[in-house]
Amino acid sequence: MSETKIIPLQQFKHDSAEVAADGDRREFLRTALGGYMNTRTATQHGYQDWEAARSGAAEIKWEAIDRLPELLEQFEANLIKNGTKVFWASDEEEARQYILGILREKNAKHVIKSKTMTSEEIHLNSLLEAEGFDVVESDLGEYIVQQNKEAPYHFVFPCMHLKRAEIKAIFEKIAACPSDDPEALTMFARQQLREKYLRADVGISGGNFGIAETGHIAITENEGNARLTCAMPKVHIAIMGIEKMLPRLSDLSLLQPMLGTAGAGQRITCYNSIYGGPKKPGETDGPEEMHVVLLDNGRTTLLADPEQRDALRCIRCGACLNVCPIFKNIGGHSYGTTYQGPIGAVITPHYKGLQEFKHLAYASSLCGACTETCPVKIDLHHHLLRIRRNSVSEHPPLMEKVAMKGFAFAFTRPWLYHLGTPLARLGHWLSKPIQGTKLDPGYLWRKTRTLPDMPKESFHEWFEKREQQKKAGK
Amino acid sequence: MPQVGVSVVEVFERLGHSVDYPRNQTCCGQPAFNGGFHPEAREVAATFLNAFRDSRDPVVVPSGSCAAMVKVFYPELFAGTAREAEAKALGARTWEFSTFIVEQLGVTDLGATFAKKVTFHDGCHGLRELGIQSAPRRLLEKVRGLQLAEMKECATCCGFGGSFAVKYAPISTAMAEVKCKSAYASGAEVIVSNDPSCLMQINGYAEKQGMPIQCLHLAEVLNSR
Ligand code: SF4
Repeated sequence: MSETKIIPLQQFKHDSAEVAADGDRREFLRTALGGYMNTRTATQHGYQDWEAARSGAAEIKWEAIDRLPELLEQFEANLIKNGTKVFWASDEEEARQYILGILREKNAKHVIKSKTMTSEEIHLNSLLEAEGFDVVESDLGEYIVQQNKEAPYHFVFPCMHLKRAEIKAIFEKIAACPSDDPEALTMFARQQLREKYLRADVGISGGNFGIAETGHIAITENEGNARLTCAMPKVHIAIMGIEKMLPRLSDLSLLQPMLGTAGAGQRITCYNSIYGGPKKPGETDGPEEMHVVLLDNGRTTLLADPEQRDALRCIRCGACLNVCPIFKNIGGHSYGTTYQGPIGAVITPHYKGLQEFKHLAYASSLCGACTETCPVKIDLHHHLLRIRRNSVSEHPPLMEKVAMKGFAFAFTRPWLYHLGTPLARLGHWLSKPIQGTKLDPGYLWRKTRTLPDMPKESFHEWFEKREQQKKAGK
Repeated sequence: MPQVGVSVVEVFERLGHSVDYPRNQTCCGQPAFNGGFHPEAREVAATFLNAFRDSRDPVVVPSGSCAAMVKVFYPELFAGTAREAEAKALGARTWEFSTFIVEQLGVTDLGATFAKKVTFHDGCHGLRELGIQSAPRRLLEKVRGLQLAEMKECATCCGFGGSFAVKYAPISTAMAEVKCKSAYASGAEVIVSNDPSCLMQINGYAEKQGMPIQCLHLAEVLNSR
C-alpha cells in the first residue's frame, strides 16, 4: 500500500458511500457473512455451554493482559532458552528494520509468508518488495489479494469480496487458469506456490498465541501452508503483537476451539501447530534459526487505558465483523485500516491517533451485535462511546459544540422546551416549501427518507388538556 | 408521535392504573451522550432526574433506547458525581413499556384486537442493552386476529443510531433498506416495534420507497380494539 496523503475521514466517507450504494456487492457480502454465522450457530451447539466458554476464554485473556509485563518476560526467557532470538519492536519502523536486517544478513532473496495481520500492520510487504526481495503470501486468500495488489478485505477472510470469476481473472494474469471452480483455483495456487516454498530462504509467520509458560508459539490455519512456511526455510521469523500472550499451554484447549468456532464456525481449525524454536542437534527438520518480533506499536497506550484495555483480549476471530451491519454494508476496504470492523474501530484510534480515526467510532449505530458475539466479551460498542467522549473532551468540534450547548440550554429549561413546541410546529409548516431541497436542515435525512409532519397536538398538550378537563369536570 | 404516549396512557388506565406525566421533563440526554458531549448530557440528564425526584412510582418508557439510557448509561454518566446514587435508583425503577407490563404487572392479554399480519422489529438498545426479546412478542401473541410473522433480520439494526443517521446517511440508508426488505419479505402488512426512533427510520425509508407496509408502535397495537 502506498502511503500517499490520504485523509482517513474523507477516504472513509467516500468509499463507504460507494459500497453502500452498491446493492449487489452488499448482497454478496451479506450472503457470505451470513453463511459463516449460520455454521457458527450450528457449531456453537456442540459446546455444552457456550456462554460459560465465553466467560472462561475472557477470563484467561484478562489474566494474560493483567499480567502482561510479567508474562512477556517469562515468554522471552523461555524463547531464548529454546534457542530463539527475541526482538522487541516499539513501533512499526523498528520491526521493519529488524526484519530487513535479518534478510540482508542472510543474503536472502526469496521470502515466503503465512497469514499475519501484524505484518500487514507494519506494511512489511511493500518495504521488502521495494528492497528487491521476492515476497509471496502462501495463504490462499492472502495470495489472491497480493496478486490483485490490494489489502486484505477482512482480517480473517482476506479475499471474501472477490467472486470466483474475479479470482480466475486475477490468476489468468499469472498463467493459464482452466476453470473457476474452487478446486481448480486452489490447485492453481498450489502449483504456483510449491516452487516458492522450495526456493524460500526465509519464512515469515504471525502467531495466534504466545505461551508464556513454555515459550511456544501456537498458529492456527486451514491450509497447512503455515507449517511449510515455518518449517521449510532455513530461517523462520514470527511477528506478533505483545497482547497475544496466554499464561499456560493448557489454555489452548479452550482458546483454540473458540477461535475456530467464533469466526469461521469450525469446530476446530484444520491445522493447529505449536512451534518451540529452531532445529536442535539431531533433529531432522525445522529452521536453523528462529526469530520472534514482539510488536508494541500503540498496544501499551491501550494497555494504559483502564476503561478500554479489555480490547487487548481480542483473539482476531473476525466474528464482530461478520455480524456488524456497518461492515456488511460498507465492506472491508472502506475502513482504510489494517483491522476492519468493530474491533478495528476500537483499536485504531489508540494505535494510530484518536483525532485522525475517531470517525470510525462515530460511524456506528451502536447496535451492539459485536459485543454480543465476541468470544472474549470485549465491550466493543461501549468503547466506541468512550472514544467519542475522549475525542470530544480532547478536541471538541466547534459546530457540534455550539449545537450541543444549545441542546443543553433548551432541554434543561422545561418551560423553554415547551414554549418551543408551537414554535417548532410553526417552523415546520413554514419550511414546507424548502423541505427536500438543499436549504432544508433535514436534507440529508429527507434525501432517502420521509420525516413525519409535526403533529397538531403534542402528547404534552394532549395530557395537559385532559388534566384540565378532568379538573373542570370534578 | 403523540399517539404512542396516548396509547400508553390508555393501556394503563384500562388495566386500572393511574398515569402521571411530570410536565417538567424534556429529554434523557442521549443525543449529547452519544455525541461524546458528556457534560452537556449530564446537564440534560439532571433535568430528567429532577422531573422524577418527587415520586417513587415506577417510570415507564415506551422506548427501549431511552430506557437503556437511564438504566444502563446514567450510572456511567453520573459516576463519581453527587447524583450517582440517585441516578442508579431511578434506573432501578425505570422500565421499558412491554417488560413492565409482562414482568411487573404479570399481564399478557390486554384485550386488544388487531386483525393484521405483523412483524416485530427488535430495537437494538432494548434487545442488547436490556435483553428485551420475549415480552413484546408475548403481548402480540395475545392480540386477537393478529398474526405474527417473524422476519429474518428482526434483530438487525435498522440503521437509525441518532446523529449517525445523518452523519453517515448513505450507510444508515443501506441499513434501512436491508431492514425494510426483510420485513416486506415476511409478508407482513405492519412493522411493529417498541422504539419510536427505529420506527421513524423504518417508516421514513419504506414511505419514501413507496413500500406498502405500515409502521406502528407496540402500544398502538395493544391499544387497538
Ligand atoms: S473483538 Fe472479539 S469478536 Fe472481534 S475479532 Fe476480536 S475476539 Fe473476535
